[in-house]
Amino acid sequence: MSPAEADVLVIGRATGATPVRHWWRLLRSELRIVFLRPRNLALLGVLGAAPVFLGAVLRISPPGPGAGEGPGGALILQVTGNGVFLSVASIFFLLALMLPLAVAVVSGDSVAGEAGLGTLRTLLIVPAGRFRLVAVKYVVIVAFCLASCALVAALGLIMGALLFPIGRVTLLSGDTVSLAVGLARVAMIVGYVAAGLAALGTIGLALSTFSQHAIAVMAATLVVVVISYILDSVPQVAAIHPVLPTHFWLAFDGLLRMPIAWSGLLHGLESFAAYTVTFGVVALVRIRRANVTC
Amino acid sequence: MTAEVAAPTDATAASAADEAPAIETSGLSMRFRGGQLAVDHIDLAVPRGSVYGFLGPNGSGKTTTIRMLLGLLFATEGTFRLLGTEAQSGLSGVLPRVGALVEGPAFYPFLSGRQNLTRCDAADRTADPATAARRIDHALDQVGLLAAADKRYRAYSLGMKQRLGIAAALLQPRDLMILDEPTNGLDPQGTREIRSLVKQIAADGTTVFVSSHLLAEVDQICTHVGVMSVGKLVFQGTLPELRARGEARILVRTVEPTRAVGVLTRLGLADISAADSQVTAALGEHAPERINADLVAAGIPVAGLETVQPSLEDLFVALTGEGFNVTG
Repeated sequence: MSPAEADVLVIGRATGATPVRHWWRLLRSELRIVFLRPRNLALLGVLGAAPVFLGAVLRISPPGPGAGEGPGGALILQVTGNGVFLSVASIFFLLALMLPLAVAVVSGDSVAGEAGLGTLRTLLIVPAGRFRLVAVKYVVIVAFCLASCALVAALGLIMGALLFPIGRVTLLSGDTVSLAVGLARVAMIVGYVAAGLAALGTIGLALSTFSQHAIAVMAATLVVVVISYILDSVPQVAAIHPVLPTHFWLAFDGLLRMPIAWSGLLHGLESFAAYTVTFGVVALVRIRRANVTC
Repeated sequence: MTAEVAAPTDATAASAADEAPAIETSGLSMRFRGGQLAVDHIDLAVPRGSVYGFLGPNGSGKTTTIRMLLGLLFATEGTFRLLGTEAQSGLSGVLPRVGALVEGPAFYPFLSGRQNLTRCDAADRTADPATAARRIDHALDQVGLLAAADKRYRAYSLGMKQRLGIAAALLQPRDLMILDEPTNGLDPQGTREIRSLVKQIAADGTTVFVSSHLLAEVDQICTHVGVMSVGKLVFQGTLPELRARGEARILVRTVEPTRAVGVLTRLGLADISAADSQVTAALGEHAPERINADLVAAGIPVAGLETVQPSLEDLFVALTGEGFNVTG
């Protein structure tokens, strides 16, 4: 090897850099790809518009008596009394479709989208490492779930503060807590809902390793949510309700009680963890031996 | 062989790996789920420092072989070594020393050329982040894309896309470049650019394994060739060895082809054919000047006489068979 070549090698190869730094570098690249992609920004935009829209509607025409009926009704009633609830009410309504849809899009696209573009082979021959790539994609899906929920909550709080009184928070159980405790509860709700969505994201990631058609995987992931919602509302199959991926999503209302209704929340976290581990293993086993033909 | 590799110190193991062929496959096969045997027990031997042309008609298994070599597909049978590293022991250690372009470039259409290369570099565990910007600019410069670096990939022409693919392979110094149809779909200018780039890469001592179905290209840049046909490696050797397989023929132009055939037959030439005012025959060991003298002595008006070496295309077709539109 000539001296000139040796120089190039020295500048080209990171001899002393730590693995952590290289993980972080790929993670940052992946975050940029997902969070700067126009389509995903549009999804976040729609999510962010929801608390603004809901706040405006409730301000212009406050719910009358009887609005407390049905799920979410209690939350709606609370909003006009305390703006803090706008964030929670927004998350509640978005969980019906928009939040799972956004997660289905990002997670379904994760591997299948790269396969469809052909960039999966570009990354694998670098080599990015099959496990490393899937692991980084998982972390970014979790980040996206957290960011979506946090965005909705933050805009809900801002709009709530602008349009409605803000102060001590009266919980669903009737107890009143300080604003600081109320905000802490909202933060916990964001974390809990993001964990539930991330479990769905793991399902999307696993399905994504089986296809190069991102749209198909996005649809399949959303179908999982819809079927789960439907089965969850059929009393005849109550036996399987606890194993449905969406069953515990709405248990976050336990955080709006005094004391916190931990039972549902802990079951929820167990369910999310079980889904995450199961489908995480599926994704890793599948990617390990997947023939990349596209 | 295994015993030898297991015992020695790191230094000797490393030097042994350096002398090993750049690519060495043994019975490498790929059977797809449909049952189709896309690659059928091939034994490639790509020497270090060679420019190896991997030839074959479309669908002969070239790309499938390349995908196996790069760890994208898993061989259903057989093994291979890349730069001396056994494939079973994992390719992650050796792939950073291999630059590759497989089946056309694939990048993110919504990112610029530079952003795309940044992503490739970020995926490389062996890349030094501190020098990334410089290396990326250097690679872009090498393929002449520096001026278009900040244009979105979507807006690139086919030639620019292809060159960006090669730039990605040039982000690091490589010991081996695997280029799958690098000039596919390019105009003559683009083809020339890529060809000179490949020559330059090879001149720096990098082994180049380039698949193609463009024979002129192979003729100009390759030292070695392997020819694939229906999943099998039907020839492997140096370019002169391939040429030596072809028999030279003699071509006589004359207004009296029938009498010329008579003379050639008398001289013992084989495979004689006459058409219009031309007679050709396999030359064999005969001296062309002697044939000429005999034709003239027999009173045949010889308008022209030449020996014809078979073209690479003739050899290629002889090895891989006629296309459907030729025989059909």
